[in-house]
Amino acid sequence: MLDMPEWPGHRAGQHVDVRLTAEDGYQAQRSYSIASAPEDDRLAITVEALPDGEVSSYLVGELRVGDQLELRGPIGGYFVWEADRTEPLLLVAGGSGVVPLMSMIRHRHAAGATVPTKLLFSSRAWEDVIYRDELERLASAGDGFAVIHILTRMQPEGWTGYTRRVDAAMLSDVGWSASAMPASFVCGPTPFVEAVASALVLLGHAAPTIKTERFGPTGG
Amino acid sequence: MDDVMVDGNALAGELSEVFSQEMTLARVACGSCGAVEQLGADHAYTRAPGMVLRCCHCDHVLLVMVRAGEQLRVSLAGSRWIDL
Ligand SMILES: Cc1cc2nc3c(=O)[nH]c(=O)nc-3n(C[C@H](O)[C@H](O)[C@H](O)COP(=O)(O)OP(=O)(O)OC[C@H]3O[C@@H](n4cnc5c(N)ncnc54)[C@H](O)[C@@H]3O)c2cc1C
Ligand SMILES: [Zn+2]
Repeated sequence: MLDMPEWPGHRAGQHVDVRLTAEDGYQAQRSYSIASAPEDDRLAITVEALPDGEVSSYLVGELRVGDQLELRGPIGGYFVWEADRTEPLLLVAGGSGVVPLMSMIRHRHAAGATVPTKLLFSSRAWEDVIYRDELERLASAGDGFAVIHILTRMQPEGWTGYTRRVDAAMLSDVGWSASAMPASFVCGPTPFVEAVASALVLLGHAAPTIKTERFGPTGG
Repeated sequence: MDDVMVDGNALAGELSEVFSQEMTLARVACGSCGAVEQLGADHAYTRAPGMVLRCCHCDHVLLVMVRAGEQLRVSLAGSRWIDL
């Protein structure tokens, strides 16, 4: 959670650039998606700690409440969704790729939008599912939002959901058909996004309706 | 460390230091294959020395930004044009 002096407000799907400067002047800069809705009071980002991640391990392990961060943003207009859009919405997330999609889901809810929306969310294990409880709550609100979980490495006992990587067959079973002309947003590790985007194209979705945000090798 | 592909969107912050408008929706024509895409749909590499935008159809380098201290050098040589 970040308090932002003079924050101009953001749109769901945008990100910020975080810059860290070491005492010797060495700088590292990384992008982090905004997780909060435009309607929320405070800006939230969610960072997955990578084992030897230069910036992520600092943000997760060493940053303390009250510390200051150098931020640039809000940034981006391409990977953005506004609640007044009317197409059915397909959100596909791999791991921390759910972050900008969560901003869209929160925005949709806060704005009282009811466009049919599905989140297809791939995580390693049930314990790793980011925003799990909030997603369950939002999915039971009865306003046209559904979550389909995929657990690729470990499943709780009695799990009947998907365990394999997202493929065209899965997207055609649980997603929207191309004829419904949905808007699709795909976000996660680069190989994940590549696979999902090509599967959607294979299923006949027009390339301009598929927006992608590749996070790099994160979580891969 | 191999640089891994991300989307043009990842360059939006650095581009905001150069251009006065949001650039990921700007249309860019590839200097090689001629394809026209919104900048956010092209491919980006942010860890090469500097930042590079490549055509999502033919991989041609469209734009390069290299920072040396306070100075930012921008090359648009690989693009035929950019619509602002
Ligand atoms: C637009 C955008 C939004 C993002 N949003 C989020 C978010 O909301 N939450 C989140 O957790 N992450 C997000 N990321 C990823 C984030 O920017 C960092 O890449 C991630 O936190 C790793 O940085 P690091 O400094 O911790 O790791 P590094 O020290 O940079 O890398 C750790 C390991 O991964 C490899 N690696 C990581 N990134 C790259 C790369 N691009 N190219 C080559 N090798 C790489 C390194 O070789 C190293 O082995 C986003 C990325 C983009 C482009
Ligand atoms: Zn090209």
